Amino acid sequence: MLRRSLLAAAVSLAMAPAAFAQGGAPISVGAVEILSGPNAAYGTAIRAGLELALEEVNAQGVGGRKIALTVEDSAGNKDQAINAARKLIGRDKVVAVIGPTLSNEMFAVGPVVNERKIPIIGTSTTAVGITEIGPYVFRTSLPESDVIPVTLARAKARGVKTIALMYANDDAFSKSGFDTMKAAAEKAGLSILAIESFGSKDTDFSAQLTKIKSLKPDAVGISALVEPVSGVLLQARQLGFGPETLFVGGNGSNSPKLGEIAGPAADGLIVGSPWFVGKDDPANQAFVAKFHAKYGRDPDQFAAQAYDCMHILADAIGRAGAPEPAKIRDALLATKHDGVMGPFTFTPGRDPASTEGVVVLAMQNGKFGIAPE
Amino acid sequence: MLAQQLVNGVLLGATYALFALGFTLMFGVLRVINLTYGFYFSAGALLALWMARQGASIWVALPLAALGAGCIAVVLDWVLLTRLRRIQAPELSSLMVTLGGVLALYSALTSWLGPDIRRLPPGIVSVDAFHIGDIRVTAAQVLILGATALLVAALLLLMRGTRLGLAIRAMAEKPDAAQLMGIDTGRAAALVSFISGCLAGAGGVLIGLNFNAIHPYMGETMMLRGFVVIIVGGLGDIRGALLAGLALGVIEVMTAGYVASGLKEAVAFLILVAVLWTRPSGLFGRAVLRRA
Repeated sequence: MLRRSLLAAAVSLAMAPAAFAQGGAPISVGAVEILSGPNAAYGTAIRAGLELALEEVNAQGVGGRKIALTVEDSAGNKDQAINAARKLIGRDKVVAVIGPTLSNEMFAVGPVVNERKIPIIGTSTTAVGITEIGPYVFRTSLPESDVIPVTLARAKARGVKTIALMYANDDAFSKSGFDTMKAAAEKAGLSILAIESFGSKDTDFSAQLTKIKSLKPDAVGISALVEPVSGVLLQARQLGFGPETLFVGGNGSNSPKLGEIAGPAADGLIVGSPWFVGKDDPANQAFVAKFHAKYGRDPDQFAAQAYDCMHILADAIGRAGAPEPAKIRDALLATKHDGVMGPFTFTPGRDPASTEGVVVLAMQNGKFGIAPE
Repeated sequence: MLAQQLVNGVLLGATYALFALGFTLMFGVLRVINLTYGFYFSAGALLALWMARQGASIWVALPLAALGAGCIAVVLDWVLLTRLRRIQAPELSSLMVTLGGVLALYSALTSWLGPDIRRLPPGIVSVDAFHIGDIRVTAAQVLILGATALLVAALLLLMRGTRLGLAIRAMAEKPDAAQLMGIDTGRAAALVSFISGCLAGAGGVLIGLNFNAIHPYMGETMMLRGFVVIIVGGLGDIRGALLAGLALGVIEVMTAGYVASGLKEAVAFLILVAVLWTRPSGLFGRAVLRRA
């Protein structure tokens, strides 16, 4: 281990002076995403966003060089994610790592990459405590603690006074989203009638929903990935939940898949989003058109976040003066980027600084639209 | 609320029992912990989905998908286990072979079809719920209850009332002796695989219909509960699987509804450990299949 990192250090020292020579070898950047297994939808969307941005970056070049992106599959498994990151650092000599997809993977991979003093940037990791892993850990995704209060304020404006909360208790993303939702609900003065949990691979939620239904809350908040959220909504409708109950989703509900899987059962659900496909600004419209031309489908939030992240990283590598991890880290901290998510800067704690871009969406006929006031 | 929770529990239990029927049959007769069982379940659901999208009604898609899953089971059993049976490899080898095989199959299926959750076309069964007082039950749930009852009855009839059942039971008791008595054990094993595969496929279609979520890994998520049911019910015990499935469903729902939803899963596996400690051959004693 020591020998390998010494070797890596020696190699990067030797390469440094020639760093930005015209026509030099491509700068190696790695990504660790879920490309197989039940959560592959997220990683596949992220890879599509990264690759689209990469084409644009390489068309211009970064200091006369191109960026070579290697995407490794974590399969949603922490150990595999760590191995993937080690492979990227050891074999591909990457100067920065993008990913991993889920917060609980980041809690495993972040410390490993941070220890090697290589910047790692989560594009979809929204849990509390991600950037506290270490000084090389960044994220470009708005943490849920910034998005959920905006959503709950909208629910309150619609007359919601009581809420029941449901969450998947076996992944860090859903649990941390729940913690945030609970804190935000308390802060907003909503009274919490019940808290129910389930496993993220469960298909039966009837016991929890029956209990919640008997308490008659104005709203039900759900923090989980899109598949279990869809299952909850489908079963809620079977058990007789009607439009009088407002369903409020956490970040995991913010995927077009919700409409595809749950169909009309999802109608009425509201969710806060750092980005929306129908957002009417020219940069976003151009991105959506290019994505559609390349992949034949609309991008989702995960693709948009990844697209911005690749541009932010390429911009930082360009400003760093040399493709060295420490310099890239410093350049990242000074980021000022106007992306598809809106204006972007990092806080000193390496989280996104602005919540300007947050929009509240509502599901109607299986599709998200901007929620009516 | 109690009545609805009881109904929830019975319905969940029926899905567990339905899933476990073929698994316990395969285990009890062939004496192989065949982990590919979950794959037949996924395959049945995906086959029915494909047929439904071509415009077939559920009454056509369900039996055809079940038969298709049965054929897949026969082929996979033959490919994976024939060699091991011939050299009389220890049970652990067949367990590991089927584990490797099923993981390869799930991955291949996922890379072919994608990991997305798919839905059956809307309106394939009525989504309206029946109301009985405050209790709500959907058509898919009634279908699961009915199918489970029907399949248990048919299986018991086959095992107890036919010469084929006798041959299968003889084979479960002592394969060598059965062969000496003129039973073609290879053919009987293939038949058991076929029946198990059909049961798994039918279960996949019905459970996919109920939760409206069909994806390549759906069998894998059912496998752990399947293990609890067949061990608690007794290996190879069809009535045991039915009762254990129902009991597990009701206990899980009651735990989630009245104790804490976070303990739902813990309780299921606690039961498994407790049963293995106190009654290692299952709650209902000796396996029915092995009884003369």
